[in-house]
Amino acid sequence: MTQTAEAASSAVLARYEPVIGLEVHAQLLTRSKMFCGCSADYTAAAPNDNTCPVCLGLPGVLPVINRQAIEYAVRTALALECEIPSFTKFDRKNYFYPDLPKGYQISQYDLPLSLNGRLRFEVEGEPASCGITRVHLEEDTGTLHHAGDVLQSATSSLVDLNRCGVPLMEIVGEPDLRSAAAAHEYLVRLRQLLVYIGVNDGNLEKGSFRCDANISMRPRGASEYGVKVEIKNMNSFRAVRLALEYELERQVAVLDGGGALTQETRGWVEARRQTVSQRSKEYAHDYRYFPEPDLPPLRLDAEFVDRVRATLPELPAARAMRFHEQYQLSRYDAAVLTAAVEDADAFEGLVDAGVAAKTAANWLMGDVAALANEHKVPLHASGLGVEGLRRLLALVETGTINAPTAKELLGELYVSGGDAEALVRDRGLAQVSDEAQLAEAIDAAIAANPDAAADFRAGLEKALGRMVGHVMKATGNKAQPQLVNRMLRERLAR
Amino acid sequence: MAHQKRVEPQLHAYLTSTTELAEQQAEAAALTLAEHPDSASPLCGIPMALKDVLCVQGVETTASSKVLAGFRPPYTATAVQRLFDAGAVCVGKTNCDEFAMGSSNENSAFGAAGNPWDVERVPGGSSGGSAATVGAGVVPYALGTDTGGSIRQPASLCGVVGFKPTYGRVSRYGLIAFASSLDQIGPLALSVEDCALVFAVIAGHDPRDSTSDPSPVEDPQPALGRGVDGLRLGVPREYFGAGIDAGVRGCVEDALHVLEAQGARLREVSLPSTEVALSTYYIIAPAECSSNLARYDGVRFGLREEQPSLTDMYLRTRAAGFGDEVKRRVMLGTYALSSGYYDAYYRQAQKVRTLIAAEFASVFESVDALVSPTSPTVAFTMGERDDPLSMYMCDVVTLPANLAGLPGISVPCGFIDSLPVGLQVLAPRFQDARVFQVANAYQRATDWHATRSPLADAAA
Repeated sequence: MTQTAEAASSAVLARYEPVIGLEVHAQLLTRSKMFCGCSADYTAAAPNDNTCPVCLGLPGVLPVINRQAIEYAVRTALALECEIPSFTKFDRKNYFYPDLPKGYQISQYDLPLSLNGRLRFEVEGEPASCGITRVHLEEDTGTLHHAGDVLQSATSSLVDLNRCGVPLMEIVGEPDLRSAAAAHEYLVRLRQLLVYIGVNDGNLEKGSFRCDANISMRPRGASEYGVKVEIKNMNSFRAVRLALEYELERQVAVLDGGGALTQETRGWVEARRQTVSQRSKEYAHDYRYFPEPDLPPLRLDAEFVDRVRATLPELPAARAMRFHEQYQLSRYDAAVLTAAVEDADAFEGLVDAGVAAKTAANWLMGDVAALANEHKVPLHASGLGVEGLRRLLALVETGTINAPTAKELLGELYVSGGDAEALVRDRGLAQVSDEAQLAEAIDAAIAANPDAAADFRAGLEKALGRMVGHVMKATGNKAQPQLVNRMLRERLAR
Repeated sequence: MAHQKRVEPQLHAYLTSTTELAEQQAEAAALTLAEHPDSASPLCGIPMALKDVLCVQGVETTASSKVLAGFRPPYTATAVQRLFDAGAVCVGKTNCDEFAMGSSNENSAFGAAGNPWDVERVPGGSSGGSAATVGAGVVPYALGTDTGGSIRQPASLCGVVGFKPTYGRVSRYGLIAFASSLDQIGPLALSVEDCALVFAVIAGHDPRDSTSDPSPVEDPQPALGRGVDGLRLGVPREYFGAGIDAGVRGCVEDALHVLEAQGARLREVSLPSTEVALSTYYIIAPAECSSNLARYDGVRFGLREEQPSLTDMYLRTRAAGFGDEVKRRVMLGTYALSSGYYDAYYRQAQKVRTLIAAEFASVFESVDALVSPTSPTVAFTMGERDDPLSMYMCDVVTLPANLAGLPGISVPCGFIDSLPVGLQVLAPRFQDARVFQVANAYQRATDWHATRSPLADAAA
């Protein structure tokens, strides 16, 4: 947002309060689809190859519930502090569209798998939370490819049903969010949580994690909700934030101009940075929900729920708190290290192997994070791996190599892998910590930098650095820095 | 098959003859019988026919609808596959009311089948073709489906035995759905024993149908010889009331005396919800059908009426593809599920359905089975019932069993003017064997089922 826009927006927000609720659809990382044996990984197959009579909705076929999907949804519900009723059922949501082969979507209506949860997060350093209305299961639709912009004006459309039937979890949030920033944080935390517990890959671009937003504005202090607008087509966190900011200003402009808002669905058009009306309430579907007669209701007993609960990892917020307390890390470092489950596991793996917590944190958040970012490969999937990093740091710890050498090796090992110890041996990278071996280089450094030597003797501490650098360079970075430091001081003090 | 060819022009019981499949299956069956005569199923090598709502891989399956003309499913229904695995020889797909909606077979998009006792009359429905071909002696058994009486009523009208199993006993996988919570596959045959043989093969849990019951199936064979001595048979007052033809009532009362003579103790019982069962059924079945038939949209298979816009393509395809009765039920069901009407219709109907099931359960505390007419009348003339409501009345004593998920059978119990009358036996859920027990006791004491129809005689 530009500064003027920001100023305008804060003026608006002084008078109006936004009321925002988000609906997230997340594909589950199950092996097979929700109601048939086809692969849930639909992206690899040629169009319509990843299908069977069941997900094609051919006459006479029947759905069978994917047990893993139930477990994943329950795991999510538990992570979101939801209640899990002992009785749940599937319903049919009826509407016609070419990406919906049965003419109905199997979803859940009045008795969802879970309800009444909460997601906790922070907005600008302040603790915040948002109620979770419900988490329920349904099946994804197919995809359409239009020869033209939209279906209505397309000269032809191609239907691909590879995605059809992929398990989809709908997470409905309460209208508890009061700013675009809060909505953004909610979404970031929700995505993190789903990835953390291993149920979703969190890919907004690819559409495996999708978000729709409901937003209305009301005068500050009012208790009634305003007319709400649903926004669709946002495929990045940034788009969600921009769309909400655009929409709240649009709504206020209408209200300030004495106009009335209409309950409608609007689409975010990224290129124009605008929301555009798609469908008003009068054209809203009547989905004619009714209980799915092909699937008996599900009874989720306490034993099952407890078993799923046992599969839940320590959640990011709790883990960050523990890292802060147990390892004396700053809150910031603890949050960064627990953002992804693999990083947090790597950290604890290093610490368990005897690496000092601060050292492990510095390496992971510094050079390792930079390499992960550069190569777009996380540590655990890199050539180095967590074990490789542990062995490299062990070489530093035992004094076999110094930190600069370790950093040099890190980049190479990260990409190509290999045995750090062998590399050190073969290339003669072991650090020099023998005073007799270093004496000549120390003397040479003093001789080559008479000014620095004089400055240091005159009390200028930092003048030592130039001579240390000289020694390091002369020894091919292999000298033990602390030893070089001590020896220089001794010589110069004479 | 020669007999099939001979009677087919008059009877029109088949939509598709599967000659090639039959030849292959007959050859395979002959081999099995030659190599393993002792372990072969009693159904091995026996010809049979399938109602055209049952999918057979590669064989045109239309549900008697234009919308599915030319559709060849890439899979075979579980119940059918079990028969094929037992060595059955399938001679063809039988005519029926479109999507199994009807009681006379007149709703077939490809013309009605006739009744083997009088081809000017209806064979009943919706499994009319299956009943007609068995009644005409072409095949010893056929599979039908029963949603509100669609096996029992045509069996009654064609003078054959028709058995509807407990809901959940036979897999519905591969059955083109009409109303999922009511549909059940079952056999039509010339005797109770034959029905029991077929049932034993097709029954049992199927992992592909989540509504199929995992409990083990009781072997019906021992029950066949058990007799009815000491059995308590309930006679529901409401099933003999207004609308039941006096002649039919007379035949059934005679049948009750036969059972009494065998040692059964008859007791009048009351099922007061019967009068609302019909309206309950005509909300739930159309509601499910409106959703089940949404897939016939012209997008992927079957008929498509090309139009410039998607909406017009949907509208024209469905207008051209479905017959009047199907459209009527899709509209009824859509209405019953619509927002604002759901509570008054669908939800209310579900409550009444629960009540009807509870009423049966309560009656079954004091009786072991129920006996009644199957159909209020004998076979009527084609075109005679031209208003939907009088047609719906055909199923007034059969459809309560579907609402409650009960097993039921119709066995021949007499004639009125050379037209067969059927006796219905109902039992508690999963007491399928009890139905066979009562029906077979009656059949062993009578020979109505052995009386051959004029068309069957033409075979000789």
